[in-house]
This record gives sequence, C-alpha cells and structure tokens, in this order.
Amino acid sequence: MNKNIILYGAILIFGLAAPFIFPAFKVQLSILCILIILAITWNVQGGEMGYNTFGNILFYGLGMYLCASVQVGMFFPLGEWTEGGGEKTFVHTPAQFFQGFAVGLAVAAVVPAIIAGLIGYSILGLRGHYFAICTLGLGVAAGEISGGIEIIGAGQGFTTPPFPNVDRLEARGEFFYFCSFIVLVFTFLAVKAIYSTRFKLVLNAIRDNEDKAEAMGIQTMKYKIIGWMISAFFCGLAGGIMGGLVGYIDSTDVAFDGREMGVFMVLMAILGGKGTLWGPVIGATLFHIFKEGFWTFFLGWQYVALGVLIVVIVIYFPEGIMGWLREKYPERFGEVVDEADRKAQVTLK
Amino acid sequence: MLTLQAVLDGLLLGVLFALIAYGMALQWGVMNIINIAQGDLVILGGYIAYFMYLYGIHPAWGVIVSPIIMYFVGVIIYKLVINKVVDRDLFISILATFGISILFMQLMNFAFGADVVLANSGYGTTMLFDNSVTLPNSKIFSAFISIVFAIGLVIYMKKSKLGRAIRATAQNARAAKILGVDTEKVYAATFGINAALCGVAGALISITFTIHPYMGLPYTIRSFMIVIVAGLGNLPGVAMSGMGLGVFEEFADYILGTEFRIGSVFLLLVLILVYRRFKLSRKREYLK
Repeated sequence: MNKNIILYGAILIFGLAAPFIFPAFKVQLSILCILIILAITWNVQGGEMGYNTFGNILFYGLGMYLCASVQVGMFFPLGEWTEGGGEKTFVHTPAQFFQGFAVGLAVAAVVPAIIAGLIGYSILGLRGHYFAICTLGLGVAAGEISGGIEIIGAGQGFTTPPFPNVDRLEARGEFFYFCSFIVLVFTFLAVKAIYSTRFKLVLNAIRDNEDKAEAMGIQTMKYKIIGWMISAFFCGLAGGIMGGLVGYIDSTDVAFDGREMGVFMVLMAILGGKGTLWGPVIGATLFHIFKEGFWTFFLGWQYVALGVLIVVIVIYFPEGIMGWLREKYPERFGEVVDEADRKAQVTLK
Repeated sequence: MLTLQAVLDGLLLGVLFALIAYGMALQWGVMNIINIAQGDLVILGGYIAYFMYLYGIHPAWGVIVSPIIMYFVGVIIYKLVINKVVDRDLFISILATFGISILFMQLMNFAFGADVVLANSGYGTTMLFDNSVTLPNSKIFSAFISIVFAIGLVIYMKKSKLGRAIRATAQNARAAKILGVDTEKVYAATFGINAALCGVAGALISITFTIHPYMGLPYTIRSFMIVIVAGLGNLPGVAMSGMGLGVFEEFADYILGTEFRIGSVFLLLVLILVYRRFKLSRKREYLK
C-alpha cells in the first residue's frame, strides 16, 4: 500500500511538472494523455466486458464536434462561423472562450453517454464479431454522414475557436496539457474506483460467459449498457479536448478517424494487456513513443509500420505486456502459486 | 424512367457485389475467419487490370490475368498471416486482417498514387426504351463475366477433388483431417480462390467504375452484409441480396445524394444487424 502511494505520488508530480521540464513536448504530452484516456475507456468495454468495439471512435468524434459547436454556438451563430471565415469575424474574449470550453466539455461528455445508452439496447444485443463489425459500421457511417452536414462545416471542416490572446505565448499548450492531464487523472481514478466494486466482477462474468452470468440472475443488458455509457462518457471528454488542441475538425480525418484513432485505441489496450488497470496506460505510452518515432523519421511509411505492428501484436503478442508479466511473475499480481505444482508443470513440458 | 435506370444499374452492380460476397462466404464458412482486407484485395485486383491498360493491353484481359496473380497473393497472405488466426477467436482475425488492410492501402498508395483511376474499355453504351435508359456496355460485360465465374466456381466446388475437400473441411475440419484431407492445403487454396475472385471483381470494377487505394473498406462491408443477409453457403441468396444491395445503393445515391452513398451502406449494415438481433431475441437467441 505504501509503495502504491509513492508510485502514484511520483507519477502525479511528474505529470504536473512535465510541461515545465519538457516545454517543447507539451502538445505531444497532451496527446499522450488523450491516448491513455482512450485506451482506458476501450479497456472498460473491450477488456473487462469482452465486447470488442471499433465504434468508440463514434463518441470521440461526437464529443469533438459537440464541444466545438457549443463553444461557438453559445456566443455566435454557428452557421455563419462554419460558412467560412467566421473565425476571423467573431473573436472570443478569454472569458467567453473558457466558459464555452467548460460548457462544451460537459456537453461533450454527457451527450455521447446518453446516446450510448439509447443505442445500447439495440447494439449490445449483438455478440462477438457481429458487435465488432456493427460498431465499425457505426463509426464509419458517422464520419460519412457528418461530412455531409452543412452546419458543422461539411467537407471543408470546422475551425475551433482560436485560443484567446493572453500575455504568455506558452499559455495555450499549458492550458490544454493541464486539461487533458486532469481529465486523465479523473478517468484513471474513476475507472480504478469502478474496478474495485462488484460492477467489475459483473463485467468480467459477462466477458467469461454471458449466458451463465444471465442464468445466475445478473441483468446483463443493464450492466452492458452502463459499461458502454461509462466508456462513451470519457471518450467524449477526450474528444472534446482533442478538438480544441488540434484546432481544426475534419469529419473523416480528425473526428471519426477510424483508420487512426479507432484502431489505435484497440491496439494500445491490447499491447498493454487487456483487462488490467495499468495495461492500457503502459500500452498507450509505449505506442505513442513508437508512433512519434515512426511518424517523424519514416514519414509516409507510418501506415505500413502500423499495419505490420497490428498483425504482429495480434498474432504473436495477444496477451499484452501485463498479461506476459502476469504469466511470468504471478506472485506480484497477488496470485498464490504452489511452487511444487509449478515445477511439476515445467517438467511435464 | 430514372427509376428504371437506377434499378438496372443496381442489378448490374449487385452481381459484382455478389461475386465478392461469395468469396467472403467461402472463407468464412471454411476457415471461420472474417477478412477485413477483402475490399483491398478487390482494389489490388483492379490495379492489375489498370496497369495492363496503361501498357496498352485491353483491360478486359485483366479478368484472366488478375485472378491468377491474386491467387498467389492470397496464398502468400495465408502462409504469412492467416494460418496463425484460423483456429482462434474471430476478433483476432478481424483485427489481424484490419492490419493487412491498412498495410495494403498504404502500399497501394505508394505504388499507384492516390488518384482515382479507371481503365477505359471503350465498349460504348447501349440505349434502351427509346433512349431513356443508358447502360454502359462495360457494366453488362462485367455482370456477364461475374455470372460466368460464379457458375464456374459452383461447378468446380461440386465436381472437382479440391472442391470436395473444401466442402468436407467446411463441414468438419477434424473429420476431414482424419480422412486424409490436408486441411492446411485446403485452407491455402480457399484463401487463394477467394483472392482470385476478388481479383476478377477488381478487374471488372476498374473497367466499370473507378478505383482508389482507400476505397477497399466499403467493399468489405458490402460483402459482409450480403453474407449475413443470405447466410453461409446459400448461393442463390447471395446473388439475390447482392442485387438487392446494388439497387438500394443506386436509390440511396439518387434520393439522398452521392455524398451519403457510403454512409447509407454502413447504416444499412447497422440496421440489418439490429433487425436480426431483435428478431432472434424473441426466441432468446443471438447471432452466432
């Protein structure tokens, strides 16, 4: 327990000090926080509940559009803003910007969760690969359809409100970093709290054998919907911040980017280890380092590397880093190991 | 008359979809994998025909050349990746083939450029019903060739030794193995045949429509949709639902506008799955 406090304290202090230690990497660090949030939320859905989804990108993109739309729409007419050049005619004052952003984030978190609850009953009745393909379809459809809606910019994209002119130049990066870091801490603690309750055991029961869980008297559908809503809530938050950070929303390349973000979140969770608390965090961090290295030094080949990485991880390393560690050092994970039994197993092989 | 035009266009298009979906059903039924890279194999097949066109050979010959090349591409993919996911969870195969799909997209983007291309067959058009309906001859040609290939494959599966082995493996892989079928070879051949079918379809698509490196995923989704509507191993069903999808798409294009065409295909997939789920849940069952 003592060790844990030191660990969490060290990470927290590092997280708070990071933008001042590495001022050049503020944007990268913010993106890292977003990626970790996405990996954690995917893990609630895919790792703990066993409902592997490609569709959480739907909530991410939705959050992005909602946050930006609310931030603009609270003070200015949205249609004129996205018409083109609106961001030059209308300027947010600092107070308006921050108010709008706060309200926008709240909307970006709540509305996707409500939508997940509404469509959950229909979609979560599908299982396994049907669920995966159905959510993949949802994500792509959302991207295609939002690309045809005029008021949010259609094909030409949506410029989010520019950061107001405050005295310091670094303020923008620091603001978005601390936003994403705070949301990350909030997400992590919330998910950690959830994982220590009966709710997690129910999700695991659904993953291991849904029919049996139902026969034991668990209302599986209710828990599945709640699980998806939790996932959607944090995905929407992450999307809202990412929209402000990137500064420009495009329907298929930024918001509903199934080919990048949608795959990343699955891959990060699997790389770190599905169904563990720390797995997605480790996986996302490693993945982000790898990705930035490739995106910088092998520009153009990044998708080739990504494709190869997916195949390699999925085929050769499906249990992930935490799963591998768990197999190697089961004692550290609180599993009681019978030494004689373990030796007997080794000799049997 | 626009309605008739849309119906005829849709039917001709649907035959092509049915051909791709037949390959999907084949590998799904035999090897129990879902191949997200299906659409990218189609596009690759299309680029083979397009390249023949660039070098002055009539692209219709791509219908012969493309499947031969694609067969070997399929076998290589099988040997490298697919043979490791055959007996595992379906989600693993979805994700692994998703990786292949991303890889193919980018490699094709490098090799062929990101332009939308088409191979001009120079077949002209046919006017029907007092010139109110215009049908490009290339579409009629492609539908005809698809039907020929589909019928040929059905006969091959019924009569030949390999076809029998494939059907036996689909029924019970273990029993087939005991009775002396080399299932590993059967799997490789199945995936190769699937890729060859994609090659044919791709060559036809490069003649009739356009191809682009990133256009693969919609073809995968279409074939997946056709297979879940028709069921595995129900060939007339595959043909019917393929043509139905073609007509649906033409109408969506015509009524909603071209920018919503792909979106409506993906939404239709969601709707079909949800419909089936509610229908089955009345009997306390779910889609397996």
